[in-house]
Amino acid sequence: MAVVSRVTIIRGNGARVAVARRDHESRGQGQTTSEGCGQTVFTDDAGKGGIAAGGPGNSAESNRRSGGDLVQLITPGGERVSHPEFDSWVQDVSDEQLASLYEDMVAIRRIDAEATALQRQGELALWPPLLGQEASQIGSARALRDDDFVFPSYRDNGVAYVRGVQPADIVKAWRGNALAGWDPYTVNVATQQIIIGAQSLHATGYAMGIQNDGADSVAVAYFGDGATSEGDVNEAMVFAASFQAPVVFFCQNNHWAISEPVMLQSHIQIADRASGFGIPSMRVDGNDVLAVMAATRIAIDRARRGGGPTFIEAVTYRMGPHTTADDPTRYRDANELEDWAAKDPIARLKTLLDRKGLLTAELETAVAAKADAVAKELRSGTINMPEPEPLDIFKHVYSTPNSSLERQQDHYTRYLASFGDPAEAASEEGAR
Amino acid sequence: MTQMTFARAINSGLRKSLENDPKVILMGEDIGTLGGVFRVTDGLQKDFGKHRVVDTPLAESGILGTAVGLAYRGYRPVVEIQFDGFIYPAFDQIVSQVAKMHYRTQGAVKMPITIRVPFGGGIGSPEHHSESPEAYFTHTSGLRVVSVSNPQDAHTMIQQAIASDDPVLYFEPKRRYHDKGEVDESLDLAAALSMEKARVVTEGTDVTLVAYGPLVKTARDAALAAADEGVSIEVIDLRSLAPLDFATLEASVRKTGRLVITHEASQSGGLGAEVAASITERCFYHLEAAPVRVTGFDVPYPYSKLEMHHLPGLDRILDGVDRALGRPNSLSGLEG
Repeated sequence: MAVVSRVTIIRGNGARVAVARRDHESRGQGQTTSEGCGQTVFTDDAGKGGIAAGGPGNSAESNRRSGGDLVQLITPGGERVSHPEFDSWVQDVSDEQLASLYEDMVAIRRIDAEATALQRQGELALWPPLLGQEASQIGSARALRDDDFVFPSYRDNGVAYVRGVQPADIVKAWRGNALAGWDPYTVNVATQQIIIGAQSLHATGYAMGIQNDGADSVAVAYFGDGATSEGDVNEAMVFAASFQAPVVFFCQNNHWAISEPVMLQSHIQIADRASGFGIPSMRVDGNDVLAVMAATRIAIDRARRGGGPTFIEAVTYRMGPHTTADDPTRYRDANELEDWAAKDPIARLKTLLDRKGLLTAELETAVAAKADAVAKELRSGTINMPEPEPLDIFKHVYSTPNSSLERQQDHYTRYLASFGDPAEAASEEGAR
Repeated sequence: MTQMTFARAINSGLRKSLENDPKVILMGEDIGTLGGVFRVTDGLQKDFGKHRVVDTPLAESGILGTAVGLAYRGYRPVVEIQFDGFIYPAFDQIVSQVAKMHYRTQGAVKMPITIRVPFGGGIGSPEHHSESPEAYFTHTSGLRVVSVSNPQDAHTMIQQAIASDDPVLYFEPKRRYHDKGEVDESLDLAAALSMEKARVVTEGTDVTLVAYGPLVKTARDAALAAADEGVSIEVIDLRSLAPLDFATLEASVRKTGRLVITHEASQSGGLGAEVAASITERCFYHLEAAPVRVTGFDVPYPYSKLEMHHLPGLDRILDGVDRALGRPNSLSGLEG
C-alpha cells in the first residue's frame, strides 16, 4: 500500500493528462498493481540501484523502467492494436496518408545514411544520425500546422525534412559552410540547437508570444532524455506551466546521451518529471508512428484550445552512434541493439502496410524512387555547395555597422591583399 | 526639462518605449506589482498590464531563454536582472544564444533584447549584490554593452537600447539611482548622441581620465579637485563599453598624452586593459607615460565594511593621475 500511495504522490497531480490517465485505468482493469503503476520507479526503490546506472543492463527497457501505460497503436510485429483513447486521434489517417508517412520515414532514413556516407567520404565534417528515431520525428512533425513553430535539436533532421527544409540545407552546418542551414522563418523551424535543452526555453518564450498575439498556433520544443537533466528544460517547464503557454515538450528518449544511459539522467520515467511542474504528460512508443502522431495531436489540440503545455516522452532508441565521431561499442551492449532492431519503426509500418494490402509493387517503387531522389539531391547539393568567402566571417555579427569590427575587417582585407593576386601567386608557386 | 532621479529617468524612458512600440515587453523578478526592488519599473504594470510588464518566476536563464523565444516571435523584450551577481545563471543564454543568434542565422533572426543590470557597489550590500560583470559581456561578440552615468543619458539610452535591433546590456549604477538631474523627456532619440559614442564631460589638457557608470561622478569630482592644484583633467564618459568609441578616446589622448582609466571591476582582463592596450597601439607616439589603471582589486567583491578600499575613490584616482603625470605619488621610488 505504501507503494501505491507513492504512486499517487508522484503521478497524482490533478492536471496530469486525462487521456493517459484514463488509458491506464481502462487498461489497468484486472491488472495487479505490479503490472500497472507499480512498475513506475520510485525514488527509494531506484536509489538502491543507483550506482549501477552505467551498466548496459540498466539502459534499456528493464522491468523497472517499462511503464504500464506506454501507448502503442502498432506493435513491433506490425499489428494495428486498438486503443480506447488514442484511436480517435488518428482515425482520419487514410491509407494514402499511411503510405505517405512510410515514404517520409524511408526518405529520411536514406538521407541519414547518405549523410553518414558523405561524412565518411570527407564531404561532411560530422553527422548526428537519427537512425531508429524516424517514427518519433516524422509522426510528430506531421501532426503540426505550417504556422506552428518548431525549436529542434541537432538530431531532429527528420523534423526539418517534414517541414520542407531542402536536403542540402539539412547538412549545410555539418559541412561547415554555415552555422545553420536555413532561414527559420521560411519553414517555421528554428535553427538546430546544439546547447542541450536551451531551445526548450525559446519554444516557451515563443509560445508566450503566441499567447500575447491571441493566435492559435503552437510552439514545439524537441529535445532528448539527457536534456531533461538540464536546468533550462526544467525552467522551461516552470515558465510554461506558470503562463500556461501553448507549447509542447517533445522528448525523444533514445536511451543514450552520448555514452550515458537514461538511468543516469532520471530515476523516474522521463514523462513523470513533468507532473512535478503541473504539466500533463504522455509516454508513447516512439517507434510507432501512429502513436506518436496521436499523442502530438492531443498535445497540440490542448495547446490550441488554451489548455497550456503538454510533455510527451517518445520512447525510442538511437540505433547509431551519437555522431560519426562516436564509438558506441565502448559503452553499450550489442544485444541491446539487437533488441531494438526488432522494434524498428520502419519495418513495423511496412508490415502493417503489407497486412492491409497496401504494400503494392507500385508503392514500393515510388518510395524507392523518392529515397533515391532525395539522396541524389543531398549528394549533389552537398558537393556543389558554394564555398563561403573569407570576409563572410565578419558578416551579421551585428545588425548595424560596428566600428571595432570594421577596423578588424579592414586590417584583414589588407592582410589578404598583401599576398597579391591569389591566382598569380598560385601560378608562381607552380613555376617553382 | 524636469528634475528627476536616475531611477525615475529610466522609468520614464521605459514608459515611452512601451507607449511607442506595442512589441516592447518588460520581464523580470518583482518588476510588476512591486515595481522592482529599486522601483525602476514602478507603476508600469498598472498602466500597461500584466502581459507587457511580466513578473517572471525566479529563474534567470528562464527569463533570458524565454526572451529569446519572444524575440523570435517579433517582440522586443526588456529584461531586468535584479542584481549584477544574479546574471550568471543566465550567462549561457546570453552568450550562447542572445549574442550569437543573428550571426548563426545570417541575419534572419534578430535579437532586439535589452538586458538591464543594476551594477556596482557602494551601498553596503551582502555578497552578489555589488558586482561589475561588464567585461564578461564586452568580451562576447554580438552584444552591445552600455553603461549610463546620469539621468539624461539613462532616460535617452534606455530608449536607444530598446530600439536597437542588436542585444544590449544596459548597466545601471545602482548607487546613483537616487541622484537627481535635469532630464529633457522630449529629446528626439535620433537627434540625441548615439549610444555608441563616448562623451567628453570635462575638458582638460594634461591627462585623459576615462570612466563609466558610477565612477563618472567620482572622476568629475577628481577633475575639480585637481584643477585646484593646477592640473587639467579631461574626463571621458565611455557610455558604450562595446563597441568602444576610439575616435573620441584617441582625440583626447593625442591632446593630453596621458591616460588614466578607472572602473570598479577587477583589473585583470577588464575594460581598462582593453582601453590601455588599444590606445597604446593607436597612439603610442603621442603617449608621454604608460597608461594607468585605477580599478577594483583582483579579489572577489569584499564584505561591505571593506568595499571603500576596493572601490576607486577620488583620492585613489588622483594618485593614479599623479602617476601618469610623473608627480610624486604613492608608488614613487618603486621600480616598474
